[in-house]
Amino acid sequence: MPPSISTRRSEFLAGARATLPLILGAIPFGIIYGAVAVANGLSPAAAQGMSLFVFAGSAQFIAAGLVAEGLPVGLIILTTFVVNLRHALYAASLAPFMKHLPQRWLIPLGFWLTDESYAATIARYNAPDDSPYKHWFYFGSAAVMYTNWQICTLIGILAGQQIPDPQGWGLDFAMVVTFIGIIVPLVKNRPALVSVIVAGMVSVLANGLPNKLGLMAAALLGIAAGVLAEIAWPVADQLAPAEENA
Amino acid sequence: MNGLTTREVIMILGMMVVTFGVRYPVLAIVGKIDLPEGVFRALRYVPPAVLTAITVPALLMPGGERVVVSHTNAYLVAGIVAAFVSWKTKSLVLTILIGMAVFLGWRWLIGVI
Repeated sequence: MPPSISTRRSEFLAGARATLPLILGAIPFGIIYGAVAVANGLSPAAAQGMSLFVFAGSAQFIAAGLVAEGLPVGLIILTTFVVNLRHALYAASLAPFMKHLPQRWLIPLGFWLTDESYAATIARYNAPDDSPYKHWFYFGSAAVMYTNWQICTLIGILAGQQIPDPQGWGLDFAMVVTFIGIIVPLVKNRPALVSVIVAGMVSVLANGLPNKLGLMAAALLGIAAGVLAEIAWPVADQLAPAEENA
Repeated sequence: MNGLTTREVIMILGMMVVTFGVRYPVLAIVGKIDLPEGVFRALRYVPPAVLTAITVPALLMPGGERVVVSHTNAYLVAGIVAAFVSWKTKSLVLTILIGMAVFLGWRWLIGVI
């Protein structure tokens, strides 16, 4: 609900409020990330540092898993890049609204871009009123997401140090089930279905490849299959951003 | 508390650079220049393809070595239930809660825990 007379302060608070329901999913995610990271051999400082400086939930999860497998650092960074490519889509969709903003805004807002803040903010930008302070709404949303992620990571790290074997508790399944909850709503047309079927099949067939190359191969072939399938079955809203991914 | 290792510092800095490198430049540039439509089209498939490539092996190959299609694979059983819940409700929170409950309950039933 946009405020009737918007000020910087009212936009900031509205952004924070709009994001509160979305952090319900981020809370267990952050706690489990912290617990799994230290269980996999990351130092507590590195686990928290990743949340502070990288701030990308699923990429952090995967990196923590790759650390346990002893993967070279370069490949962990490359995997992070592939997993985070989806943020380019969010950024491209927000950019036209933020053309007028100076670098001192674009740099922090770029750093704070997440699935959740994107979903909240694009809805605000698309609202019909012409408030000049909609970037303050994004700021409020991002502040809630960032603060919550730091606190949840810390709780997870402390809990992970008490639990000797988080895998035994099924904590590793929490990430899997979270991803299922993100993937399924994205599969809303035939090209998307083709994309996930190809990605899933290749990921199993190529699982034996060294250095997680199977993950790369599956992701790239899945994307290619989706693009090709779209030629066969054109999608009406093909340029609309995926907003349900919260 | 053990401190950071050099390897960890390099990893975090590298991850920070590529993550910011995906988010910020697009935010700063698009709207001022035009990107080809094909790029946007391909980007749409990145989230489902990447997340599926991570999820499917975790469901089908819980030990990481071989495919286990059996009722003894709690990852697969709970994963199928979670996908159904997500499809029906579109709720991430419900999917996580029910999926975790089925996973832990199933492992208890078949005696893994």
